[in-house]
Amino acid sequence: MPGRPPRLNLVNLFLWLLGGGILVLAGVGAFLTLSQGRLSGDQWESLIVAGIALGSVYALIALGYTLVYGILFMINFAHGEVFMWGAFTAYFAATALDDAGMMDANPILALFLTLLTAMLVSMVIAIILERVAYRPLRGAPRLVPLITAIGASLFLQYTARGFYGSGVRAYPSYGGLFEGTIDIGPLTMPIEDAVVVVAALALMLALYFFINNTRTGRAMRAVSEDKDVAAMMGINVDRIIVTTFAIGGLLAGAAGILYTLLFNQVHFFMGFLPGIKAFTAAVLGGIGNIIGAALGGLTLGILEQLGPNLFLTGYNIPAPNQLKDVLAFTVLVLVLIFRPSGFLGRKENV
Amino acid sequence: MQKYMRWSAILVVLMLVLAACQGGGGSSAGESAGESEPAASQPEASEGGGGGTGSAADCEADEFGCIELAEGDPLVIGTALVISGANEALGTDSQWGVEVAAQFRPEIAGHEVEFNHQDDGCSAEGGTAAARALVSEENIAAVIGTSCSGAGVPAAEITSAEGILMVSPSNTAPSLTAPETHEPFYARTAHNDNIQGAAMAQFACEVLGVGSAATIDDGSPYADQLANVFARQFEEQCDGTVTAEEAVTVGQTDFSGVLENIAADSPELLYFPIFVAEGALITQQAKDTAGLEDTILAGADGYFTPDWLEATGDAAEGHYLSGPDLAFSGNFYEDEFLPAYREISGQDEPISVFHAHAFDAYNMIADAIEAVAFTDGGTTYIPRTALRDAFFSTSGYEGVTGTLTCDENGDCADAKISVSQVQDVDGELQFVRVWPEG
Repeated sequence: MPGRPPRLNLVNLFLWLLGGGILVLAGVGAFLTLSQGRLSGDQWESLIVAGIALGSVYALIALGYTLVYGILFMINFAHGEVFMWGAFTAYFAATALDDAGMMDANPILALFLTLLTAMLVSMVIAIILERVAYRPLRGAPRLVPLITAIGASLFLQYTARGFYGSGVRAYPSYGGLFEGTIDIGPLTMPIEDAVVVVAALALMLALYFFINNTRTGRAMRAVSEDKDVAAMMGINVDRIIVTTFAIGGLLAGAAGILYTLLFNQVHFFMGFLPGIKAFTAAVLGGIGNIIGAALGGLTLGILEQLGPNLFLTGYNIPAPNQLKDVLAFTVLVLVLIFRPSGFLGRKENV
Repeated sequence: MQKYMRWSAILVVLMLVLAACQGGGGSSAGESAGESEPAASQPEASEGGGGGTGSAADCEADEFGCIELAEGDPLVIGTALVISGANEALGTDSQWGVEVAAQFRPEIAGHEVEFNHQDDGCSAEGGTAAARALVSEENIAAVIGTSCSGAGVPAAEITSAEGILMVSPSNTAPSLTAPETHEPFYARTAHNDNIQGAAMAQFACEVLGVGSAATIDDGSPYADQLANVFARQFEEQCDGTVTAEEAVTVGQTDFSGVLENIAADSPELLYFPIFVAEGALITQQAKDTAGLEDTILAGADGYFTPDWLEATGDAAEGHYLSGPDLAFSGNFYEDEFLPAYREISGQDEPISVFHAHAFDAYNMIADAIEAVAFTDGGTTYIPRTALRDAFFSTSGYEGVTGTLTCDENGDCADAKISVSQVQDVDGELQFVRVWPEG
């Protein structure tokens, strides 16, 4: 509602006080922590590095939420499971490669093949999901596909459990490929973190280029603006929507492999928390906005790592790191209070 | 658009709640182990209708009535163990222990034993669901479970409210048998973590010779209480410094925040008695954390399973784990129990550490049932309160895990703790018992 002066009623006043209070608390906490001098500069640095790596993975998953939202205005809650399926299926490819000795003989090719498997599987799952669960409900009220998404999410989780078992499995290591650290600018990063960040960045740039500089990308933007008009202009809306899901799936599959580079574990429930975090990142950055998703992911990742140690240690709160999710979601609430459409969300009048 | 932002906000809050619920997992683990006398007398032959000398009046007098079994009816024993998910080895191992016991002793009080297996999910929700499913079965005689203390807390409350005896082979959280919080029909054959935490502290200062330690728990009753007992004992027994008592959440995957915070003080020992998934990740990530390179890592029976080794990989080498001492005296375990276990499970070696406790739990329940059961007109009656009293008065029972005597709060274990280390044996990582000697 541009042009109208903001109303300062009691509720708004309360929200502003709440937000301001939290900011003051955080500032004081950070000051207290830093004056304690417990953590060294190197340790702060590695927290930031870990946050950037985790944030890039969140960002890649968040792109899937944002792309679909941008076109269909629905939240695809099964996206975390698309991510899980890619990573979990590729686990079997990775162990097969490991058994064949390829992990040691040619780790880069092995990584590439694993990545390919994950991306393809996730893409196929995303396409099937769209065809089976969402397309039949295209004209339905908005709440309907949302509920379907939650159902699809559970279905995918428990199908994976049936297929792959309910245990935790560890990825084989890629020879000695990821040992040691590398200096990037002022930061010293473990190589695997650096690979994750660079790969995520490259994929995001590729996506940005694709959306802005190709015919299909232009068609996607057109569909996002107005499906009916786009259809009149000769754009095959169904095909564009499938493409969108496919791209989201590809990115989720890649995120799955990057996630296993960082954490090395897969199990059937692994998509749940990253899915929610990525959704949060997407909302934080402004859902529907690609750069916003990247920004939101990084913010969330760094906050989770740095936040508890920076803001809470100063108050001598026991076990501060257990509260990292509280912190991350508090920031989300703050952003929603002060900027309901996220960092870069567009003001729409849908 | 604003409308949808509001929806998003509501959704986020919902998801938050979901995420929070998911973090509430529980745990357990237990120990005991016999060094005393080997259990020569495992399966006593059951004699027909039981040794009780009651009458129908006893059933009316008993607050919770009788289990009534017509001739030929099976006697149903429920289990509530974690048989799926990352911690499935813990519960599946115990369930096999129960099945081995039933193979040796297929009849109790003249009735064939049937099982109702439920999954405790290693969480409060799972324990609640499993206990509700079991108490809804009218004639259930007793419950063996839960695996995880977090599941045991609500499950003990539900079964005790119905007057159903519940015996856990692997719950170890002290609160379950603390006088203030003990549920009247709950007992366990696993050790109490007051003992495990103290033993680990003793091992830390006497054997490892460390002067500073940090702990991590996952918020579950098991981990929270065990880490706390260890920390207090470490300060008391060893005069050591506890540099940090951190906590993580179940389902978390990135622990750099916690580990950096702990690394700030470079403790000599890091003890994290949690579960398989998070235990494996912390072990891996601690190895890559500057300031923790020389820190000795240790955990407990919550992830004392080959599944954890598999999930951790090479980073597991050198890790110490406290748990029940499985060096049982006597030949029954080696000669009879293990062959039967192998046959039922199809595994070469036990996949976790509480199978023998489950075996003892089954036999002690069977003894208690036979002590109080009586027949009248072909029907077997088992008064529930009398069954509970008979079980709680178990004294000097010669089981696989040692000589078990129950106290009034349900602690029955002959608790012996050992510490094992993950070592490279012929190119393969294995658990090797290192303490106490012998």
